[in-house]
Amino acid sequence: MKKEDVPQDDHIQRGIKEITYAVDKDGRYVKVPSLGWEPKNVANEQAWEVIRKDIKSEIQLIKTGKRSPLAYHMVKNLMNPKLLADYADLSIWSVNRHLKADVFKNLEPEILKRYADVFGITAQQLHEIPEVDSSFYEDEY
Amino acid sequence: MIRHFMKMNIEVQIPFEHHQSAHCETGVISNLLSHHGLPISEAMVFGIGSGLFFGYFPFIRLNHLPLSAFRISTGGIMKRVCKRLQVRVKWEKFRNHQKAMDVLDQRLAQQIPVGCRTGAFWLSYFPRRLRFHFNMHNLVVFGKKGSDYLISDPVFPDPVVCSESSLRKARFAKGSMPPKGKMYHIESVPDQVDLPKAISMSVKEVCRNMLKAPIPFIGVKGIRYLAKKMEKWPEKLGEEKASLYLGQIIRMQEEIGTGGAGFRFIYAAFLQEVAAILNDYRFLELSLRMTEIGDHWRAFALMASRNCKKRASKTENYLEMADILRHCAECEAKLLNDLSAITPDT
Repeated sequence: MKKEDVPQDDHIQRGIKEITYAVDKDGRYVKVPSLGWEPKNVANEQAWEVIRKDIKSEIQLIKTGKRSPLAYHMVKNLMNPKLLADYADLSIWSVNRHLKADVFKNLEPEILKRYADVFGITAQQLHEIPEVDSSFYEDEY
Repeated sequence: MIRHFMKMNIEVQIPFEHHQSAHCETGVISNLLSHHGLPISEAMVFGIGSGLFFGYFPFIRLNHLPLSAFRISTGGIMKRVCKRLQVRVKWEKFRNHQKAMDVLDQRLAQQIPVGCRTGAFWLSYFPRRLRFHFNMHNLVVFGKKGSDYLISDPVFPDPVVCSESSLRKARFAKGSMPPKGKMYHIESVPDQVDLPKAISMSVKEVCRNMLKAPIPFIGVKGIRYLAKKMEKWPEKLGEEKASLYLGQIIRMQEEIGTGGAGFRFIYAAFLQEVAAILNDYRFLELSLRMTEIGDHWRAFALMASRNCKKRASKTENYLEMADILRHCAECEAKLLNDLSAITPDT
């Protein structure tokens, strides 16, 4: 790739340039800062779209009482029961149980706090499931 | 008593030159070695670390999608570079989170910049869009102000600041290949390094890995294997899933700091440096060819992304993409054969 052809399609990088290697007019390799490339943006968008779908379907399940709010926070933090179990220092079996609405309702404060700490939120927020719009991952944190 | 003092009062900023790099592992090594008086480019680190690779492992899943790799395994580049250049590195691993941070502070107080393995998800300075549970990130901590750490993250343009809690979480990220608080610093670099010898060894290893792998998932065989599989994706998986498979390859090839074209451009830059060091213009020609190969990989990514967006023309289909990959495989095989032939034995 030539230096002048290094794409500058900003989208996911939000103005942060990363290094692409390209050749200058003398044929010498140089590091060229790039704001991004459309195919990268497309692939990243696609990955988040999958996560967004997961979140939406979890919210549906929570609303119909099939899953606990924990499921929402889990997928929102891109976790699965195994990873969440690792972080909360619990067994996968327990996490899977806590994903059930009726089990979650009766959880002890100590366990709730563990989950809240993993996600960096309060135990109160653990019970909240906001509606999610398409850009939930843009400006949070 | 001493530990208490370190924790509370440390205010330190080691004069550390931050150079932005394409990739985290190679960038950290390049910056650390340069700091210790052994200036070396990122491309040279990548080359001497025998970084160039291809692997397609449909039986290993990442986010439910098959794993592909364009570089050798994590840590492999650092291990090789340090061995081949006889650099002594001290590695430390921790169980206790507090101790991991205390020892880090102690090193900083001794004016030693420290490399850390971290997860990317918890690093607060990462753009939200790029924060995945990816545990193979590397960065250098070179100072502390109050409860914030000064960090040279090689994939960022400038040094960044990261809170103590965020760095601690990142150093003890969970999931596959957890960093377990691993950190490292350079103990000594040799007065003189035998670059030609290191180059020969590393180039031969890349040629071996890419050309003579005994299993079909690796090297040029792996590229052809992927091509063969890819042709069948639409009918086997359906359009939707097939496009997710494509997206995953684009991301491995372009997103995770590869310098473009799945590290092919960095390797071309390395070959250019080799030409100067060995005073052999033939490496320049190979560099040129590697650049062309990289351009083919980029053409593949472009076509793949159009398919993901359902904006591909009729001819830009999976058969055509598989053909581009086969072309890449053929060109890489020829190039690496020629490279192996002109590289002096050690």
